[in-house]
Formats: sequence, structure tokens, C-alpha cells
Amino acid sequence: MTNGEFSGWGRYPRATGALVCPAAPDRVHSALQAAGDGDIIARGMGRSYGDSALAATMLDSGLLDHYIHFDPDTGVLDCEAGVSLDQILRLLVPQGWFPPVTPGTRFVTVGGAIAADVHGKNHHRDGCFSAHVPALELVLADGSSVCCSPRDNSDLFRATCGGMGLTGMITRATLQMRRIPSSVLRETVIRTTDLAQTLALFDEHHDAGYSVAWLDCLAPTGRLGRSLVMLGEHDDTTDVLDLHRVPRLRVPLDAPAGLLNRYTLRLFNALYYARGPGQPTTRRVHYGSFFYPLDAIREWNRLYGRRGFVQYQFVLPREAGMAGLTLVLERIARSGHGSFLSVLKALGPANDNHLSFPMEGYTLALDFRVEPALFALLDELDAIVHDHGGRIYLAKDARMQREYVHRGYPYLDVFREVRMRYGAHRRFHSHQSRRLGI
Amino acid sequence: MSTLIIGATSRIALATARELASAGDRLYLVARDADALDRLARDLRTRGAQVDTAVHDVNDTASQDSMLETAWSTLGRVDTVLIAHGTLPDQAACERDIPRALAEFTTNAVAGLGLALDIANRLERQGEGTLAMITSVAGERGRQSNYLYGAAKAAVSRLLEGLAHRFSGSGVRVLDIRPGLVDTPMTANFPKGPLWASAEQVGGRIANLLQVGAEGVRYVPRRWFWIMLIIRSLPRALLHRTRL
Ligand SMILES: Cc1cc2nc3c(=O)[nH]c(=O)nc-3n(C[C@H](O)[C@H](O)[C@H](O)COP(=O)(O)OP(=O)(O)OC[C@H]3O[C@@H](n4cnc5c(N)ncnc54)[C@H](O)[C@@H]3O)c2cc1C
Ligand SMILES: NC(=O)c1ccc[n+]([C@@H]2O[C@H](COP(=O)([O-])OP(=O)(O)OC[C@H]3O[C@@H](n4cnc5c(N)ncnc54)[C@H](OP(=O)(O)O)[C@@H]3O)[C@@H](O)[C@H]2O)c1
Repeated sequence: MTNGEFSGWGRYPRATGALVCPAAPDRVHSALQAAGDGDIIARGMGRSYGDSALAATMLDSGLLDHYIHFDPDTGVLDCEAGVSLDQILRLLVPQGWFPPVTPGTRFVTVGGAIAADVHGKNHHRDGCFSAHVPALELVLADGSSVCCSPRDNSDLFRATCGGMGLTGMITRATLQMRRIPSSVLRETVIRTTDLAQTLALFDEHHDAGYSVAWLDCLAPTGRLGRSLVMLGEHDDTTDVLDLHRVPRLRVPLDAPAGLLNRYTLRLFNALYYARGPGQPTTRRVHYGSFFYPLDAIREWNRLYGRRGFVQYQFVLPREAGMAGLTLVLERIARSGHGSFLSVLKALGPANDNHLSFPMEGYTLALDFRVEPALFALLDELDAIVHDHGGRIYLAKDARMQREYVHRGYPYLDVFREVRMRYGAHRRFHSHQSRRLGI
Repeated sequence: MSTLIIGATSRIALATARELASAGDRLYLVARDADALDRLARDLRTRGAQVDTAVHDVNDTASQDSMLETAWSTLGRVDTVLIAHGTLPDQAACERDIPRALAEFTTNAVAGLGLALDIANRLERQGEGTLAMITSVAGERGRQSNYLYGAAKAAVSRLLEGLAHRFSGSGVRVLDIRPGLVDTPMTANFPKGPLWASAEQVGGRIANLLQVGAEGVRYVPRRWFWIMLIIRSLPRALLHRTRL
């Protein structure tokens, strides 16, 4: 057990707590017994940005990192929940298999990917992570462990996928991998001049394997929403299966608070946009740089300085996309707060999980350095987002007000019922679930 | 390569075995916890190793011979043996509880010596092979915080030094692996700082040492060679003023 100060990837907020590492899946129940009366939550690699993996006692899945079985004929992988996507790539890329859904970093655990029901650049085609999880094993508040799947104990399955650790600790999972012809992607980059054009491109390329847009959130008025739209397909004209590289670079210390100010951000965004090709361009890139560009620099979260940063990610339903995004981008432009990276993506239909984030529409993720004036701005954005029928991603949230989680997540009451049915509400809480009254 | 690992459930041994597994090695794993051993074997098989296991407590000296006999007959020939088991005694508690101190010393030193002597003879008969043991930088100086553990590791290191002498010029290699501070269940309650290494880093380096047939004393990570050079040369009076 280690006592200390912990935070999510945004390094805001910070909280003290005890980190406990059960040595095996069958030791989780004794860790629960030993934990005393305070709040308990599972923790993976701490890549959620805010306070969803923070509590008085955090059950770290670091030692639950064993594989159980891989079938090279069907691509079905059984593993423990602390196995990371980084590990899975190392094992399976050389054999021609790939995670069916991956977030923008490979440093997440299987348990964290299920608990946040993460989405990737292929959500419009392949759905969330949970769509590729035929079954999982969960340790409940009383220490017993149960298997659940879309068929068996489906209430628990629906609550656990996307449930942010609030039903118990996931200890094992079965994953359906996807075959890849090579480790290379064909990436097409298209530069757009405004938001309407960007959204139209997502429509036009709804059958692309992968799609995402990097958006210049500090573009001059009239150019609001100009982007580099990136499309990708696994390259089947080659059969090389090369692994990603181990990151060599690391941010060695906390950057001074002023490094990312509105001027440097505007400059970075303008340069990045200008770097985009005038004409749509296709090139071959390694999966490492296509899916995980930020993983090339370890501890890049220190760039935002000691006070940390908040990632603000919301989704708006399709019909409200244009109007809502315009209002949000205008509001941000007026505020003078800039985002280093702004990522826009069209999402496919919602699934049946109670708290999964995606819904058919557009999601935008923005990074803001923490400063006192930020929170009032984000409160205003919350109002715009929810007035347009949208919601905020819990895996990123560090500061939302309680009222909005009810508006954004209509099945919250169903989720609560499941939590009560299994006694989870008395044991499992994060700082986030306390803050939001979940 | 065929490798026999004793104390295979140790986090450092596991990380080493994972590296060897992805090279497709033949592994024979020995540990005292049957369930943990089974879990480990599945993991390593998934990574590409051919794995056999045996349940054995290193303090059970009576069955040591039959355990090693079975390992040898299963593998046919053993290229490398890695002895990794260990405990980190609660120094203060052991100062008050002498039987406990002796039990810890038995696990860390006596059991290790018994295994090393027996395995050395088998490798000698085989004519070739590596005996590798994980000792510790803690064995190099007696320090108030950890001298019981240090004494046990020092005993093993001296024995290995002698075995290396005995086998010099022969095909048998002896490797004394001295890790520095490693983040594993053994050190779970220690506050971690920049000097700490992960089990993966250390295991990766150990696997590499085994694969290239290294011998002698090796520090992992390497920086501990320099750190120990300084610590060994600290004058007594100066050392006694520290809380090391
Ligand atoms: C650079 C970067 C890019 C990202 N890109 C994307 C993206 O494209 N799409 C996306 O959806 N997300 C993205 N994320 C967010 C990230 O995928 C999620 O926050 C994910 O949950 C992190 O996994 P983790 O293992 O670090 O979990 P943690 O951050 O440690 O925990 C996250 C939540 O999962 C719960 N949890 C963790 N392990 C378990 C377990 N074993 N059992 C039960 N509950 C558990 C925790 O309680 C907590 O509520 C990104 C994050 C970063 C840093
Ligand atoms: N961690 C460090 O900082 C560090 C530094 C220097 C040297 N070392 C040495 O490195 C080696 C590996 O340690 P680790 O860090 O990997 O710790 P670890 O994960 O706690 O491993 C210790 C292992 O020793 C086994 N063991 C203890 N008593 C045993 C017995 N009587 N019979 C059989 N097995 C027994 C344990 O088995 P169970 O799981 O069944 O208990 C466990 O697998 C040890 O020799 C240790 O002294 C560690």
C-alpha cells in the first residue's frame, strides 16, 4: 500500500489516498475487506483526466496483468483487466491482430477501457470498446466475483461498461481482436476552411475505416471550425507487421505556467493548420503515429505546468451539431482561452449501456490550462452543450456541476438501481461520483 | 534456450520470464503457490513459451533433490537456472524476535546456498550451463536499516564468488545479479523516487544477461555499479552518520 497524492492525467484535481495493488484476481476480495469504511474505486493507468479514478482507497490493477489465453484462429483474447493496450499490441501486432477499438493513447488498461467504454476513430463504424467484449468478470462490493455478458447478468454488464468503476472491480475480460493486413495505415489528410465544410466531410466519408479532425480552435472569425480532417484505412498492399517504438522523449519537469498562453497557442494552431496540405494527400504511416501521436513524448501532461489542465469533451446530437458547435467555438474565441489540441469526431449511434458517452453526432475535445477564470467559461459551455441535447464525457470531466449529469445521462436512474441491487453504492465511489451525486 | 526458474512468482522473475517467453524459450517454473504458478504458466504460454511447473517451497530441503531431478528429467538439459525467491524481513521486528530473524535468514541465505550447491553439481555433470541468482546491492554493506537481509544476500554472493572460482575455465558460468531499488510487491510500502526501477526494466536486463551468457557480478540497472562504488568507499564514520 502506498499513501500519497494522486491525480488523473490532467493533474487536476489532486487528492490524497491509499493505493492498494491486489496481487491476483482472487486477492481483490481481501483487499476490499482490508480497506475499511472509506470510498473505494478501481484504478488503471490513470489516463482518465479528472477525478474518476480517485478515492480514499484506490485498487490498482497493475499486478492483474496476466494473459489467460489467445486463440490465433479466432482472435479471441482472454486476459486480466490490468493488461494494457500497449502490451496487447506487442503481443498481437506481430501475429496480425489489432485492438478493435483504441483510444488516442495505448497506455490504458483493459479495465479502464471497459469502465469508460472508450471510443476510437472508428466509432462511426465499430462502436465502443464494449461492443467487442463478449464477457467480463467483476468483483462486487461483497467480494464475490461474477461473470457478465450481454446475455448473462446483462444488467451488470450494461452498468459496468461505461460505469466508471462504480459497480465493482473488473478483474478479467474476453476481447474480440480484429485482423489487420499490416501495421501500416493509409492516411488521407484534407484541409477544410470552416465548420460546415468539416462536418460535410465527415458525412461524405461515413464509410471510412477511421476518421477524425484536428480543429484550429483559435481560427480567425469567419474561419471558425477550419480543420485538418484525417481518414485512415489499414493498408492491405503490404504485409509488414512492425511494432511501435518505445518512447524516447520525456518532458523532464513541470513547464512554467505561462508556456502555453494564448499567443503560443494561436501560433501553434496556425502553424499546424498551415502544415496541412492544400490538396487532399494520402500517405502511408505506421499505426503508432496514426493512433498514438501523443504517446511519443512521455509525461507530456507536464507541459501545462503544475496547476494542470482540464480536458473538456462533449458530444452534440447530429441535428444540433452545427448550431451548438458554432456557439461553443464562438464562446471560446471570445474568452481568449485557447486549446493546444482540439479534436473533433463524428460518432455513430449510442449503445444500450447506461452511462456510455457516445451518441450519434459530433464530439469535440479541448484541453484548457487550469486558471481561475476557466471554470466560469466551462460552466457556460455546459449550458450550451446541454441546451442542445448533448453531454460531457465522464472520463475527461473534473468539474461539471451535478445538475448536468442528470440532463446528459437519461439512464442515470437505471444505473443507480443496478448499483443498489448489488450493494455497490455503499462501497464504490470516486471523487467524481461524490461530486456528481451518482 | 531452456531455463529453470526458482521463485518464479517473484515479480522480477516474472518480468524476466516474459522476455524469455517472447523469444520462444522452454521454461520450467518452480514456486510454492500452486494457483499463482498456474496463472503464471498461462500468461507465459500465451506469450509463446513452452512451460512446465512444479510446486516447491525452497525451505523444504528434504524434497529439493527430487524437485531438481524432475526438472532435469523434464527438460533433458538445462541451459540456465535463475534463483529468484526472497523475502524482505522487517528489520526492527527481527531485532526483537530472534527465531523470526533466523527463519528469514534461512529463506534468503540457507535455502539459496543449498539450491546453488546442488545445481552447481548438476551443471558440472552436464558440462555446461549458467547458474544465475538474484542477490542484492544490500549485501555490500551492513547498514542499520537492513543488515539482516544484507547479511543473507552477502552470504549468497560470497558463495557465488567461490563457485565462479571453482568453475573458472569450464563451461559452467556463475552470475550474481544485484538489483538496486525495484518497484515490486516486496517493496510495495516504500515511497518511490527517481532511483527506482520497474520490474519490467530489471527483468528485461536480466533476460538479456541470460541470453548472452553473462557471468560475474552484474548490477541492474547499471547505474547501481556507480552508486555502490561510492557507498562501498564511504568511510565508516561517515556511513554511521547517515540513516541508510
Ligand atoms: C492522450 C489521451 C488520449 C485519449 N483518447 C481517448 C479517446 O480517443 N477515446 C476515449 O474514449 N478516451 C480517450 N482517452 C481517455 C482514456 O481512454 C480513458 O480515460 C480510460 O478509461 C483510461 O484508462 P486507464 O486504465 O488509465 O483508467 P483510469 O484512468 O485509471 O480509470 C478510469 C476509470 O475506469 C475505472 N477503472 C479502471 N480500471 C478498472 C477496473 N479494473 N475495474 C473497474 N473500473 C476500472 C476507474 O475507476 C475510473 O473510473 C484518452 C486519454 C489520454 C490521456
Ligand atoms: N524489489 C527490490 O527492490 C529488490 C532489490 C534487490 C534484490 N531483490 C531480490 O529480487 C528477488 C525477487 O524479488 P521481487 O522484488 O521480485 O519480490 P517479490 O515479487 O515479492 O518476489 C519474492 C518471491 O519469493 C518467493 N518466496 C518467498 N519465500 C519463498 C519460499 N519459502 N519458497 C518459495 N518461494 C518463496 C515469493 O513467493 P510467494 O509469492 O509464494 O510469496 C515471491 O514469489 C528477491 O531475491 C529479492 O531479494 C529485490
